[in-house]
Amino acid sequence: MTNLPRIEQKHPRAIRWFHWVNLPLLSLMIWSGMLIYWAHGVYIHFPDWFYKLFNIPYRLAEGMAWHFLIMWFFALNGIAYVIYTVVSGEWRYLVPNRQSFVEAIQVTLHDLHLRKTAPPRRKFNGAQQIAYTSIVLMGAGSLITGLAIFKSVQLGWLTALLGGYEAARLEHFLLTCGYVMFFFVHIGQVIRAGWNNFRAMVTGLEIVDDEEAADGTPA
Amino acid sequence: MERPLKEQTRRSFLTGGIAALAGFGAWRWIGSRNLEGDVPWPLRRALQTNEELTRDYFRPTRLAREFPRGTSGMPKVNGEVGIDDDDFDVNKWRLEVHGLASAEGQATFTLADIQAFPKVEFVSELKCVEGWSKRVHWGGTRLADFARRYPPARSGTDSYVGLATPGGDYYVSLDMASALHPQTLLCYEMEGRLLEYSHGAPLRLVVPIKYGIKNLKCIGRITFSRGRPPDYWGERGYDEYAGF
Repeated sequence: MTNLPRIEQKHPRAIRWFHWVNLPLLSLMIWSGMLIYWAHGVYIHFPDWFYKLFNIPYRLAEGMAWHFLIMWFFALNGIAYVIYTVVSGEWRYLVPNRQSFVEAIQVTLHDLHLRKTAPPRRKFNGAQQIAYTSIVLMGAGSLITGLAIFKSVQLGWLTALLGGYEAARLEHFLLTCGYVMFFFVHIGQVIRAGWNNFRAMVTGLEIVDDEEAADGTPA
Repeated sequence: MERPLKEQTRRSFLTGGIAALAGFGAWRWIGSRNLEGDVPWPLRRALQTNEELTRDYFRPTRLAREFPRGTSGMPKVNGEVGIDDDDFDVNKWRLEVHGLASAEGQATFTLADIQAFPKVEFVSELKCVEGWSKRVHWGGTRLADFARRYPPARSGTDSYVGLATPGGDYYVSLDMASALHPQTLLCYEMEGRLLEYSHGAPLRLVVPIKYGIKNLKCIGRITFSRGRPPDYWGERGYDEYAGF
């Protein structure tokens, strides 16, 4: 049976907007976070050339002001995304199920060229489901740990729940490290998956060719 | 089949490009506005909006976390604005208080006068805007106890307290609710010893519900006022509220 390649709707318009709006918002949060982090550098000492390259030194006040403005937009976009996925039913593609974890291992082995069998041809495979759900939980984590630092007295119960002020600060920092790691893997996977997949995140449309075996893991 | 896809691709990338330019433009626009307190005014508005929300939510019964004795230590000396007077004589020091409800409206106090109030001690975290924090054992007089004995002329929600070093080089503003918070101290002891000059001898402000920048060292003058007094770091790009 031969099917001609056809165009299919892959990502809804709302999800594409949430995704692309989040990119500059999260970037601004990390940028302003770096302006703040520079002032003391409690955990990791970034090299001076790195700070200079991004014009980071001596901008603590500016960093705080940006951080405390953009946080609202980052939060609203994230909350709107979660509400949308729930209401539209898109969450069904995104939330991992029991098979996702085994599948994620298979996908990883395939991506590392240790396993021949291609990942399943679904919108999101198990590895993606885990990654995309984790990143949303991490976003929630950043909001919660951030709030616990920002209002550590009036929301003292939240700060206590996270193990105290210093713990919340460390958690907030680690989550950011997580985003940066996610970003690099994500970009790598998008490049591997190719143009058709990337275009789908911009246009919503994807060329589906049943004849062809999976040409890579969609990112 | 290819044509509608090509058309959609063109349109989507165009929309995306315009949106990206608009976003970049908004970022540049905000960053290039006139400065207000050394920060572009839209950012200042954001800080003020956050402050209004915080002050609405504020309850004086919510306390900064306190820690057991023996878990604390001296913080580093971080900033010497207003306490760089080599000829400073603790014995000649007096605290001037303005804006009192009394007929004179002002009064002068010695350290012994402040120490005559009930002494309050606790260990709390000194939290710096730079991103470090340090548990310190404080001892002193509640500003609220002082204000009960020497009531300010004004005490509504639009009233503030301004504190300044003897020469006036460093100064902070406190909203009245934060000033009267039970953990806000006129502090004369750190780690069980009288203050050193580098930490604000003979009397400093300790306000654990605010960032370290508000914890003014070496108080020379306290002014109760209507309207917000100037704030050293508020004029240098920081949030004037700076409260947790």
